[in-house]
Amino acid sequence: MLLIFLLAPFGGSLLVLFFPSDQRGATAWFAGAIAFVCFLLAAGIYPFVTAGGVLRFELDWIPELGLNLTLRMDGFAWLFATLITAIGVLVVLYARYYMAAEDPIPRFFALFLAFMGSMLGVVLSGNLILLAVFWELTSIVSFLLIGYWHHNAHARDGARIALTMTGMGGLSMLIGLLLIGRVVGSYELDAVLASGDAIRNDPLYLPILILILFGALTKSAQFPFHFWLPHAMAAPTPVSAYLHSATMVKAGVFLLARLWPVMAGTEAWFWIVGLAGLSTLLLGAYFAIFQQDLKGLLAYSTISHLGLITVLLSLGSPLAAVAAVFHIVNHATFKASLFMAAGIIDHETGTRDMRRLSGLFRYMPITATLAMVASAAMAGVPLLNGFLSKEMFFAEAIETHLVNSLDTITPYVATIAGMFAVTYSLRFIHSVFFGAPPADLPKRPHEPPRWMRAPIEFLVLACLIVGIIPGRTIGPFLHTAVVSILGDRTPDYSLAVWHGWNVPLIMSFVALSGGVGLYFLMRSYLATGIEGPPVFRLLQGQRIFERVLVTLSWKWARSLEQRFGTRRLQPQMLLLVFLAVSAAAVPLFRRGFELPPLVIRGIDPAFALLWALGIACAVGAAYQAKFHRLFALVLLGGAGLITCITFVWLSAPDLAVTQLLVEIVTTVLILLGLRWLPKRIEESRPEDIPLRVRFRRLRDFLLALAAGGGMSLIAYRVMTQPTPETIASYFVERAYSEGGGANVVNVILVDFRGFDTLGEVAVLSIVALTVFALLLRFRPHPDSQDIPLQQRVQNAFDDDHPDRNAGDSIAEYLHIPSTIMRWMFPVTGMLAAYLFLRGHDLPGGGFAAGIAMSIGFLLQYMAGGTRWVEERLRIHPLRWMSIGLLVAAATGIGSWVFGYPFLTSHSQYATLPIVGKVPLASAILFDLGVFSLVLGATVLMLIALAHQSVRAPRAHARPARTEREAAQ
Amino acid sequence: MEAWFALLVGVFFTVAVYLMLSKFIIRVLLGVAVLGNAVNLLIFTGGRLMRGVPPVIADDAQVLAGPAANALPQALILTAIVISFSFFAFLLVLSWRAYDDLETDNTDEMRVAEPVNEPAPPLGY
Repeated sequence: MLLIFLLAPFGGSLLVLFFPSDQRGATAWFAGAIAFVCFLLAAGIYPFVTAGGVLRFELDWIPELGLNLTLRMDGFAWLFATLITAIGVLVVLYARYYMAAEDPIPRFFALFLAFMGSMLGVVLSGNLILLAVFWELTSIVSFLLIGYWHHNAHARDGARIALTMTGMGGLSMLIGLLLIGRVVGSYELDAVLASGDAIRNDPLYLPILILILFGALTKSAQFPFHFWLPHAMAAPTPVSAYLHSATMVKAGVFLLARLWPVMAGTEAWFWIVGLAGLSTLLLGAYFAIFQQDLKGLLAYSTISHLGLITVLLSLGSPLAAVAAVFHIVNHATFKASLFMAAGIIDHETGTRDMRRLSGLFRYMPITATLAMVASAAMAGVPLLNGFLSKEMFFAEAIETHLVNSLDTITPYVATIAGMFAVTYSLRFIHSVFFGAPPADLPKRPHEPPRWMRAPIEFLVLACLIVGIIPGRTIGPFLHTAVVSILGDRTPDYSLAVWHGWNVPLIMSFVALSGGVGLYFLMRSYLATGIEGPPVFRLLQGQRIFERVLVTLSWKWARSLEQRFGTRRLQPQMLLLVFLAVSAAAVPLFRRGFELPPLVIRGIDPAFALLWALGIACAVGAAYQAKFHRLFALVLLGGAGLITCITFVWLSAPDLAVTQLLVEIVTTVLILLGLRWLPKRIEESRPEDIPLRVRFRRLRDFLLALAAGGGMSLIAYRVMTQPTPETIASYFVERAYSEGGGANVVNVILVDFRGFDTLGEVAVLSIVALTVFALLLRFRPHPDSQDIPLQQRVQNAFDDDHPDRNAGDSIAEYLHIPSTIMRWMFPVTGMLAAYLFLRGHDLPGGGFAAGIAMSIGFLLQYMAGGTRWVEERLRIHPLRWMSIGLLVAAATGIGSWVFGYPFLTSHSQYATLPIVGKVPLASAILFDLGVFSLVLGATVLMLIALAHQSVRAPRAHARPARTEREAAQ
Repeated sequence: MEAWFALLVGVFFTVAVYLMLSKFIIRVLLGVAVLGNAVNLLIFTGGRLMRGVPPVIADDAQVLAGPAANALPQALILTAIVISFSFFAFLLVLSWRAYDDLETDNTDEMRVAEPVNEPAPPLGY
């Protein structure tokens, strides 16, 4: 039930996106229906949560991390959920009329429902991590909603500020919640609520408190993090009414109230929360007086009221907590209605600037009356709901909770803030609805459509009813909520309107009369039309925020980049290698590196010769790389061959076969491509080399030497140690019994680690496709278009002899080898088949076979030329690759059919159902896939290269010559 | 014998690193090719050096009779060979295309994304 409750808005949000954007009515109806269903669900749940009942739903998500999808609804969550859904329904109705025809409606309602879902998630979460997830979701959706009119720069800025502030708070809160989880040993809310003493006495209490409070206070726009809320007013008014007065900003105080039994009651809590709350209460109210924007006034008033709730929660007395919960509800009702009224004024007049608005009462008397009642509730006029909770607040403020200065000043601050509240409420009403008729408004004001006003009427009626007969209406629900927070600490309280003559009542009167007086005193100042309060307007939160952001994300980042960064590849490589060498050297140096005694003797002369040759090849390749590339390439091939022979002699025949084949293909690749690379640089004489270059070379060389020397040492140290017990023995023992093959290496590849191999060949096919794509539009560089010298000589020879046609020599060139190469094709095919079939038991395998086969094709291309081959052979490398991949994957999936994990090989002559005894390992099918894929991939790469010679060059096209070139 | 083998590995690494520190992509490319061999040889040391005992089970046996070379590093190297081949082929073609499009093989001159005299972005609001 709870899950449906939570998922319905998200599901609806997705569905709404599919509505066409011109169907405003249908979209709104659908969104409203979802919200209404949720509201009905909430109403239906109520019987389960009365008298401290808790509804739970649990679903394991990642139990190893203590992260479960626990939903938990108690009275307090219920109250919030009802508030969210009920106001949600009203706001949807309102938005139906508010949103303009050109706004993308589905997006609005989708985000709106998503927000509703996330907010329900926050209040329903029974797991702290889940709570943090939904908390961040509300931040993100709020960001999107504030930035809904993204063509407006204010909206974008406001959205960004809101996201940064609340997102930052959310992250810090997450850390705090993780710490709580550490202290308690569980993230489940029930467990956390039961271990209040453990948390309060933990040495981590203060950090936890600060981190969580940072999250809660930023979300609830408490001073000094309040400034995002006024900027969030760039959002469409339904969003302001819903998110920024009734629900999202209440998430912070919700969290405070939720964790109140666990965290509250300490000195630190009192000071931090109290100070933040009190200053917010006072400053918010003070700032609100001086706003010129209707929504700005309401935003600061919201901030102030949130401060009031925060102060109540800071006091740590159960009675104050009751007042806080009560005020959350009351504030949501009157503030949402006021926002909607402000939206109507904006909608019908075209402006929200109080300097331009006046005397609207005569145009929209009903809206004006409604707004007046709601702002009276905001001011705390008797017989309205705002009065009741404010009265409770005053009563709590004069109680002494802790003996300190903050507690002493609380009643005074409360009275002054109450006075300010009266002043700004009065200003809102008086300057907008009374006075001279407005001049030069963008639109002619009139009453809004009937149903646009309905939500306000409903909310204002609620204000009145709750204000007159609180005990009968809100009483039981409030009791349910309070019991769920306080449990058996629930105090006796009365919701009566009349408590007799007492101090709070006097404070109320002082505030009321003082507020009215203050308004008339300040009228002349307010009439000057200066935006913002005196003195404080210089201190703009937004500007500070921007400065900090620019400094952090821009200036510092820039200077860091300029100081340590480079845009050249070479120094980057240098740094990388240097870091790698140091990263290896530092731990070795600190932990000690003992080099075993060097044993130089006892080497087989053959090996000595072989490796000396390898060293010579490698060094020679490096030396020649600059000036004689072909030579360097030959030497490189030599080094590869030495590696290959080393593998043979050191008992790794599989490696040797593969290495040899790969070496061949690599060399061909480079040789084919060498033509298209820039011409070599002419060697300069040693004395011409500048000192700087010499220094650079020396530095590179030393660094390379350090890297190589380090590797030598590591290799030597490893080799002189006895082999520890590794998983290798597992493979060796089971190679035949479970893998069904005698060649352990091959069995590991196609069976034990078959998934690796699948990934590896997939990489190969991706590379082949990339090469293919890169070469599709490749045209040789102009400086490599000349026919090579040798062919020019041959052509000249043809031209000189009248009995020869042009191109004869090229066709005859290396005639015998190419004939042999053509005849080699079946032989290579045979070799590939041989390698493939013996693979499971003896060195070989699908990979080697694939490469061998592709070399067969390669030889054909070299012998006959691209056109000759393709006239005679059908080559579909892409098809081979896909078939290979499919066969390999199908073999893997096939084992699922028999109830084994992916890629389990059926090899031990297991009796398969239906088929009976299978003598062949199923791994051979997999190997077949590998074969086909490797063949396709390699051939695809080589063909992509070979086709370059058939292509017309990009510039300076010389058709006759390219024809001949193609024939080579 | 181990010492010599270690020397071979070291020299391969030195050559690879030296070549990769160059400005010219063709040399970087050659360096990558050598590096592939160097790394494979280094992984090979994990299985120690053993002569003439490939990890192949005899026809009539169920398990390896007597000591044999360590099969696991070999399997890993086999994968590594394939991957380094793919990597190399990709780099090679990429450098052709780079030369083709940018008309240079000097990495310092490859400045399409970040021109040398690029004006600085705005420094504030």
